[in-house]
Amino acid sequence: MTLRGLRWAIPAAVLPVLALLTYGFWTDPKEIPSPLLGRPAAAFSLATFDGGPISLEGLRGKVVMLNFWASWCVPACYDEAPAVERTWRAYKNQGVMVVGIDIQDKEEAARQFLARFGHTFPNAPDPRGRVSVDYGVYGVPETFFIDRNGRVRFKHVGALTDEIARRHLDALLKEPA
Amino acid sequence: MRRLLEAAALTAVVLAALQGRAAVAAQVDERVVHEVAAQLRCVVCQSLSVADSPSETANQMRQIIRERLAAGESPEQVRAYFVEKYGEWILLSPPKSGFNLLVWVVPFVGLGVGLVVVVLALRRWSRKPATAASPALDPVMRERIRREMSEGDKT
Repeated sequence: MTLRGLRWAIPAAVLPVLALLTYGFWTDPKEIPSPLLGRPAAAFSLATFDGGPISLEGLRGKVVMLNFWASWCVPACYDEAPAVERTWRAYKNQGVMVVGIDIQDKEEAARQFLARFGHTFPNAPDPRGRVSVDYGVYGVPETFFIDRNGRVRFKHVGALTDEIARRHLDALLKEPA
Repeated sequence: MRRLLEAAALTAVVLAALQGRAAVAAQVDERVVHEVAAQLRCVVCQSLSVADSPSETANQMRQIIRERLAAGESPEQVRAYFVEKYGEWILLSPPKSGFNLLVWVVPFVGLGVGLVVVVLALRRWSRKPATAASPALDPVMRERIRREMSEGDKT
């Protein structure tokens, strides 16, 4: 009764807060949009576990699937590893290059991981974390799809599946070179 | 004695490590590295800055900050590099522009509105006894209260 004059203040205060909360709950806080999409992929040049050099520059003209992983990333990296290898085998003759980058890892554990899944595509460690930061990686696994012109086009966070890889690679392969 | 030897060995190792680090970043002010790192979110942690996190990732990020500063970049340029890669999400304090302004403005607006409401309410409450004194109790009610209270005493 005493605050009757201020009744209007209650909806005036509650409605904006509700609007803000509605906005907040409709957006997924775990989904952090990568600012890299559509931008040129950062150049890198690393030595693979097999000792060979691998650089993005050397892959110009190919669609590149860049997969960040680590041997300690359980279970997601272990879940996706067979799919990554299958994708590589299915697409290697279609102008696609799959490159694995091992981050924050111990070499011995990383080699065991590669042996366990029999990976046949090039994999390289990122000993100083440079490449991961250049790609704005905040966890493993993360997979980037780079088009023939060297632009980052899609980013997949979490375990990759055959379907997701196929969808992105097919889209990029359809584009004119 | 053995404790002492261990301590001495540890000190020697730490000193050697510190010297090695000083040699790498001789021209970079570690305070500036810390200042930049403190503004960046550690990407593998929950609510920790790159300066505060003991993780390997944060360690590498600090090294990247150090190297970029050593290469002649300003602290703002180093920060801009991380924002370019990770988005504004990497900044622990949202920039004071656009939608993010809400975060900075709303608390103060809320505080102001709250104060106004409290002041208005206090005024009304303090004015009320003077304007509307409670009506006198009618004799019937008074008698009833007395009776019921004395009954309560008996039980």
